[in-house]
Amino acid sequence: MTGVSATQAPVAEHGGNGAVRTGRRIRQVRELGILLALVLLVAITTLTNPNFLSSQSVRDLLLGATLLTILAVGQSMVIITRNVDLSVGSTLGLSAFATGTLFVSLPALPIPVVALAGVLVGTVCGAVNGALVAAARVPALVVTLGTLYAFRGIGHWWAAGEQINAADMPDTFLGLGRVAVLNIPAPALIALAVVLTAGWYLGSYRSGRELYAVGSDPQAARLVGIPVDRRVFFPFVVNGSLAGLAGVLYAARFGTLDATVGTGLELEVVAAAVVGGVAIFGGSGTVYGAALGAMLLTTIGAALPMLRVDPFWQQAVVGLLIIVAIGLDRLLVLRAARRLRGGESRGA
Amino acid sequence: MTDRPPAAPPPLSLVGVAKSFGMVNALQGVSLELRAGEIHALCGENGAGKSTLVKTIAGVHRPDEGRIEVDGAPTEFASPADAQRAGVAVIYQEPTLFPDLSVAENIFMGRQPLSRGRRIDRTAMYAATDRLFARLGVRIAPERPARGLSIADQQLVEIAKAMSFDARVLIMDEPTAALSGTEVERLFSVARSLRDQGAAVLFISHRFDEVFALCDRITVMRDGRYISTDPVAELTVDTVVRRMVGREVNTLFPKQDTERGEVLLEVDGLTRAGVFSDVGFDVRAGEIVALAGLVGAGRSEVVRAVFGIDRYDFGTVRVAGAALPQGRPAAAMAAGIALVPEDRRQQGLVMEMSIERNATLTRRSALSRFGLLSRRSEEKAAEVWADRLQLKAGHLTDAVSTLSGGNQQKVVLAKWLATRPRVLIVDEPTRGIDVGTKAEVHRLLSHLAGEGLAVLMVSSELPEVLGMADRVLVMHEGRITAELPRGEATEESVMYAATGHKEVA
Repeated sequence: MTGVSATQAPVAEHGGNGAVRTGRRIRQVRELGILLALVLLVAITTLTNPNFLSSQSVRDLLLGATLLTILAVGQSMVIITRNVDLSVGSTLGLSAFATGTLFVSLPALPIPVVALAGVLVGTVCGAVNGALVAAARVPALVVTLGTLYAFRGIGHWWAAGEQINAADMPDTFLGLGRVAVLNIPAPALIALAVVLTAGWYLGSYRSGRELYAVGSDPQAARLVGIPVDRRVFFPFVVNGSLAGLAGVLYAARFGTLDATVGTGLELEVVAAAVVGGVAIFGGSGTVYGAALGAMLLTTIGAALPMLRVDPFWQQAVVGLLIIVAIGLDRLLVLRAARRLRGGESRGA
Repeated sequence: MTDRPPAAPPPLSLVGVAKSFGMVNALQGVSLELRAGEIHALCGENGAGKSTLVKTIAGVHRPDEGRIEVDGAPTEFASPADAQRAGVAVIYQEPTLFPDLSVAENIFMGRQPLSRGRRIDRTAMYAATDRLFARLGVRIAPERPARGLSIADQQLVEIAKAMSFDARVLIMDEPTAALSGTEVERLFSVARSLRDQGAAVLFISHRFDEVFALCDRITVMRDGRYISTDPVAELTVDTVVRRMVGREVNTLFPKQDTERGEVLLEVDGLTRAGVFSDVGFDVRAGEIVALAGLVGAGRSEVVRAVFGIDRYDFGTVRVAGAALPQGRPAAAMAAGIALVPEDRRQQGLVMEMSIERNATLTRRSALSRFGLLSRRSEEKAAEVWADRLQLKAGHLTDAVSTLSGGNQQKVVLAKWLATRPRVLIVDEPTRGIDVGTKAEVHRLLSHLAGEGLAVLMVSSELPEVLGMADRVLVMHEGRITAELPRGEATEESVMYAATGHKEVA
């Protein structure tokens, strides 16, 4: 560079060194906070009732958290782009019922093929949502509220009041939850793989980072040349596929399937993501946080009965947790913003 | 610079480009040639179509007519990505950053350095960011999020982003508005070194000293039309201004001389931590006082606090001697203050509602009987004002969104004037209004002052400030740095105070 050397006027210090650490710390504090809450909850419950940490009950807990974790990961990817998918419960139901139906009507099909078909049902549902949001530019809240009912309606029409029972499905499939590595059940390992893959993708790949950019400021994303529509479409497809996967795992775990499977699940999923620090207006949060959020909500569900808390209170506690989580986020953002501005008065 | 013809076709040129939005012709038949190894200035008033031109080059807008040529070959930019691939980098007037992402990611979004397996190489990205900032002579931590950066720092990130493209064509849309003197010098040396490496640079600025110091040729635009292009050596500031305005400046701003009356608005020691501090001034009846300064100096924040929308930490506001409680717009209205906000689409109007409904919004209780609004009384009240302000509208029942910017502004004014205020605060009264209607708004404000209103006008347009105001208050970074009577206010004196420089005696 001619004429541009560092020997000119003194280098101005902008933002200050503390800013770096502050930026990183917020994100870590957020996830550490949930982890801490989780550990506290487990500790207190175990003190009251030592059975809580028995290997059987831990396995149950992990199995219980599996579905919610997988769904929360997909949902987080959608929320990060400043969208939301309310149809996941219906998608899960549809995929679970499709899985069961395939076992009934084509018993000769190998289990992996059936599982794949179940996932693909979810993929199609996700693609429908994504296409409507990205191409038709309808707000995701409206689109997925519509498909929540539409997919459920299709499920009812398809099931026509029928029910599929465990007896209709192969034992190997139903026994998936009993397969374990190092005492961790296979479905939980699948969920773990999903979390790590998604987290790795979002953190280390250009297109992953672009999802955050789109959610942070869609207008600016367009200006820097990000294919915004494609980046909005893709998470819906992933989320649909993950809901499909969750549907297959649901079928394997519970064995009894009808058209109402997964009803009302969508809000629990959004709650898990939000408690896990995924900002509802997009642009920030990680799937690790969302997974921890799902773990926390599941653990609360399991711990409160052990603590002899009236089940009526359970939902209130979850609600309180959401509000606390969001309030905490807001507080952290405000404090960080003040620190990042360096306390210096600069009219802006 | 003489008229030697360039050997190769220019890296980027516009040929007869036209673009309109609805009824507004933003660009008409604009041709422009950005040559390699040249810094080209684009001058024009606000609303002359400069930003539309920039967005056309950047691939945000597609021209309705005409074409863009890259290296002499007609090219279509369907998206900003296309323009970027053609080597066009743009520094926008308003920083367009992702607040949640790190500074480094903001710079390299979509182009992050990769390591094996197409993974993002963060270490390399942070190092590259540090190198860019070193060239600019600033130090901003690459890992910190963009949220919380000052406007100037945001602008520096934008500049670093544009530099990182190694662009063949660099567009800078008023990049210096928020920068300090040293930072501007750094930016210029970067622009010059890019030029010397053979890039074509387009520079847009309202500061003529910068334009004349940096640029090789100057193109002037007015009302969306191309006016002229000449080498800098053949131009003076006066000729450029005359071409930009297209008429004598004093006819544009018909400020009448008025009788000064009693002090109607008194602000003393107004402070809000981190936003503005120790702001004090008064406005008399019959007087127009302008609040000038750069974007982000805190002017809008001050008037919002005076009106009671935002809170303040210290200070007092008095209307005609009586103290005003803070944080209560209703009290301010009752005391006779009216605030015409900066952003009329968001804050001044309900765009989908009819003209008459909008115009009577502030007087709902006065116009209603038994709590019910009668349409006839609304209509009557609105007609009076439509008449007085010479509103150009089809029907008063049409939605406000169908009006032009200037006429929308009149509806906002009507809405507030109907409350019979004693103090009228207008924030950027002519932003986004075409030149003809601007003069009407100015005449109206001047007339209102003549009727004994105290007018406080926030404006970023220097000609407007200098032409309209009896007194000019200049703000810089939350403080009033100068108070200039009409006779002493010049472009230079206001600009000096607005950039925080001590005035040269």
